Amino acid sequence: MKEQLEQIKQQAMAALNNAATPADLEELRVRYLGKKGEVTAVLKLMGKLSAEERPIMGQLANSVRAEIEQKLEDRKTQIHASVLEAKLAEEVLDVTIPGVEVVMGHQHPMNQVLDQVKEIFVGLGYQVVDGPEVELASYNFTRLNIEEGHPSRDRSDTFYFNDDDSILLRTQTSPMQIRYMENHKPPLCMLAPGRVFRKDEADATHSPMFHQIEGLVVDEHITMGDLKGALVAIMKKIYGEDSVMRFRPHHFPFTEPSCEMDMQCHKCHGTGEVDGQTCSTCHGEGWIELLGAGMVHPDVLRNCGIDPEKYSGFAFGMGLERMAMGRLRINDLRLIFDNDVRFLNQF
Amino acid sequence: MKLNRKWLHEEFVDLSNISDKEYVEKLTIFGQKVETYERMDAEIKNIVVGKVISIVRHENSDHMWVCQIDVGESEPVQIVTGAQNVHEGDLVPAALHNSWLPGGVHITKGKLRGEKSNGMLCSYLELGLTQNDLPGVFEDGIWILNDEDCKPGDDINLVIGNDDTVVDFEITNNRPDCYSIIGLARESAAAFGMTMKHHEPQIKGSNAGSLYDYLDVDVPAENLCNRYSSRMVANVKIGPSPKWLRQRLRANGVRPINNIVDITNYVMLEYGQPMHAFDYRYVGSGKIVVREAEEGETLTTLDGTVRNLKPGMLVIADEAKPIGLAGIMGGENSEILDDTTTVVFESANFNGTSIRQTALALGMRTESSGKFEKNLDPMMTVPAVQRACELVELLECGDVLDGMIDIINYVPAPKTVKLEVEKINTLLGTNISREDMVKYLNLLEISVNGDEIQVPSWRPDLNLMADIAEEIGRSFGYNEIPTTAFKTSTQGGYSQEMLMEAAAGRLCRALGYSEIITYSFVSPAIFDQIRIPADSSLRDAIRIQNPLGEDTSIMRTTALPSMLDILSRNNAYHNKAAKLYELAKIYLPVDGAVLPEEPKILVLGTYGASETFFTLKGELEAIFTGLRLPKASYVADSTNLTYHPGRCAKVSIGEIEVGCIGQIHPLVAKNYGIDNEIYCAEINFNKLFDLRKPEPTYVPLPKYPSVTRDLAVVCDEEITVAQAEAVIEKAAGKLLRSIRLFDIYRGIGVPEGKKSLAFSLELRADDRTLTDTDSETVVSKVLTALQEQLGAILR
Repeated sequence: MKEQLEQIKQQAMAALNNAATPADLEELRVRYLGKKGEVTAVLKLMGKLSAEERPIMGQLANSVRAEIEQKLEDRKTQIHASVLEAKLAEEVLDVTIPGVEVVMGHQHPMNQVLDQVKEIFVGLGYQVVDGPEVELASYNFTRLNIEEGHPSRDRSDTFYFNDDDSILLRTQTSPMQIRYMENHKPPLCMLAPGRVFRKDEADATHSPMFHQIEGLVVDEHITMGDLKGALVAIMKKIYGEDSVMRFRPHHFPFTEPSCEMDMQCHKCHGTGEVDGQTCSTCHGEGWIELLGAGMVHPDVLRNCGIDPEKYSGFAFGMGLERMAMGRLRINDLRLIFDNDVRFLNQF
Repeated sequence: MKLNRKWLHEEFVDLSNISDKEYVEKLTIFGQKVETYERMDAEIKNIVVGKVISIVRHENSDHMWVCQIDVGESEPVQIVTGAQNVHEGDLVPAALHNSWLPGGVHITKGKLRGEKSNGMLCSYLELGLTQNDLPGVFEDGIWILNDEDCKPGDDINLVIGNDDTVVDFEITNNRPDCYSIIGLARESAAAFGMTMKHHEPQIKGSNAGSLYDYLDVDVPAENLCNRYSSRMVANVKIGPSPKWLRQRLRANGVRPINNIVDITNYVMLEYGQPMHAFDYRYVGSGKIVVREAEEGETLTTLDGTVRNLKPGMLVIADEAKPIGLAGIMGGENSEILDDTTTVVFESANFNGTSIRQTALALGMRTESSGKFEKNLDPMMTVPAVQRACELVELLECGDVLDGMIDIINYVPAPKTVKLEVEKINTLLGTNISREDMVKYLNLLEISVNGDEIQVPSWRPDLNLMADIAEEIGRSFGYNEIPTTAFKTSTQGGYSQEMLMEAAAGRLCRALGYSEIITYSFVSPAIFDQIRIPADSSLRDAIRIQNPLGEDTSIMRTTALPSMLDILSRNNAYHNKAAKLYELAKIYLPVDGAVLPEEPKILVLGTYGASETFFTLKGELEAIFTGLRLPKASYVADSTNLTYHPGRCAKVSIGEIEVGCIGQIHPLVAKNYGIDNEIYCAEINFNKLFDLRKPEPTYVPLPKYPSVTRDLAVVCDEEITVAQAEAVIEKAAGKLLRSIRLFDIYRGIGVPEGKKSLAFSLELRADDRTLTDTDSETVVSKVLTALQEQLGAILR
């Protein structure tokens, strides 16, 4: 009987080694360990053995059974692994096939730049406000110190809706200074982006409609040094910390003193030349105009019921198109309003 | 405003040791921004004065000459010329090998019919000069330089006067004084901390008589003419101006004409005071009248154009007729001619706005009108006319008559502004001493008496402390003012409306829509193009009185046409599909209000192979959900003529109609040149704001599983899904959690005129697991209701 068990074990081990599929294994399990299996059959003969032999043989039979069971488990693990391997091999993909297309919408590049600018200002405490585009001449001009007869009020420059030129399409976002100061008392910090309109035929650098971003700060003891500090800090956030800025005197009727702010040309570093040629970015000037600004004119404060003896402030205005075109290297203003999806999809 | 540096250095302040770049930067930083600057000799290179040593006929040509030219080198240069006016001993401009002429013309050595030619002899035209620059010089040939002060080898640029830089300044509106060489000299001197030289015109006078015997001036239009100053010159000899004067005019872009005209132009450049010279012969009765034009009057101006005049336009007239358009251009009928003998100089100060409007109305902006429109200093008329007379004497081209007419209607009173040192420093954020402030003002020729700043007549822009602060600030240097951070702390942010707009934009983009920006003004033709009924209030758009053109003449009352325009354009660009959105303002007139309402409209527009009514509707629903809006309802609208009558719906949230959605009517699409199906939605964004649901709070997740029951019913075609859903919802009761339509079927098994609708119902209770009996009960209630109310039968 001992020999018989040894023989079964040898055969079972060899058969299990040769098994290739889970089905082979199951068949072997039934053949050796099932109710009618060979090991079971041997165990059934135990009863015929003597009392002395029975425990010895029982132990042997159980150990054979255990060995076969262990082998069966091992082979099961191995065969499952190879089956999986084969399946995975079959499932190989050409990963270079393009993904299923998801159409993404694109924000208009101008508004992308505007959003970045707004975020910077909001972080610094500016309230973003919106206002009417069809505007009163008193807000757009008179209360900003732009008197009757000023060239910018000409019908060749400004769009009007009525005979006495009192209603117009705003030519700048500066009327928002007046509107905001009328309804808010200092201290105030405001940013007013929006559409403005001037009577220019559309070409590569002109458009009858474009966008400005207006800013206004009014409080006690605001100085020109504060204007400089604020604008330098903000423009460096927009154009990079290593940007070099300068201020030049300029004239606006509603600020005094007034200035323009330039940034040194990134391309030619202020030399105006690149490889002996006139720099195409700044047209040889070495500087790029960023914005106009100034200390709010005392008359303008007074026009809004704010005492210029107590309060002072600064205001600034910049062109969004110029900023966006510079940043995104867009060379023709018409592209912005053409809205060709091939253009929009680039941003 | 142009300025040639040589004039500045020679007459006013010598900055010749300052490089162009340094000068330009300094003035720009000081407040006089330089737009461009250019060396006048930039275009002419390697062209020198040559002396003709010998000239012989070319062996193979009957018109060419072979010249040996001394160009100041040890060996002469051989140059072949075809010109016939060159003789031995002449001085000529010789363009050497590798030289450049204006316009980028490059000269190199070569052979002309076998003879070597190492360059070219030049005419003055080839050197960029004109007959006006060189009066009396033979035009058709080589420029003979025998009368010029030059020798072989000299750079031709020195002979022409090109050893100069022309600087072009952008002058701001508040500084009319800077439209003059003197004004820019003042700024230049101050910028470099130097003092400029001033010149007081001196007139010797003559014994040719008194102006009062010849001329009388009357100014009835006193509001339009602040001052009229006039002097006269007799025994005039018209001829060319001297070279120095012509060169200064040429550098500043003014064409020399003759001595008298050149003098008026010279004074205009120097003082910024436009002047005019009349031929006295044509001043009828010796009387000048400055008046408004009469209706129907005409004047032929110096450019030969007949001008139709109107009241409000200021003219210079004699007793009978206009002889000049005040401040803009003289009349042809009183022009200085070669035989003019007696001249009236006019140096006047006209109302700037009037001149500008007249120039604009007549479409003839001139150098003179451009200056007047800035409102010039009335104190300048007399020095200017004196200077003109002085130049007449210097040029020896006439005898100045005794006397001057000077009619003054308006001269501003001298102003003073207090020097408030502390306030200025507080405004600028500086600590500039009183002493330095006075020094800065004095450099700008502004005198200070104690605390009183005496504002010069040429600085109408200085009225307040802030104006003085600007002068101090720019003299100190804007870039030297310490930058500081103000302490004001305010809460920054966006309005709720803006945040919602931003969210809507993000949702649109997430759904594949790209943003467009379109003009606020449109053509009145859009209403017909999108088939808006003739009596629609949308047609009451506000109209721009002075539009650029008809197609941008009204403020849009609907944003759809702008979208259709852009879709059409993209279609024309062969873009196969487009999904676009705009958050566009429209402008709606309001009864009784001065300004229109400006609500924002969310417009979605799309075309392309995969677009249907339902893709757009699904996207719109997703946007609404994303904006936290309640579920919208859709009611078919066959009355909107812009849209397909069977594929358009009004969109409402609760009781509020917020917009519409649909397929654009094929006729409208055709108007925009599109054959494809276009789908659009227009949503009044302003109405959405108040409809938003409050911020959600957490609802516990279901503890018990839900059961799904699918059912398909056959019903008449006319029955809408919304009707069926309403019946199901009511019949199912509170166990129903959602209904989803998952199929609509027509065809085999479904009778003609009927359709099968398949719904999936989700049922759930909060307090227990539903049994089969529970769900069976619900389904049978639903089926009964569908059959009774809609005649729909289980399939």
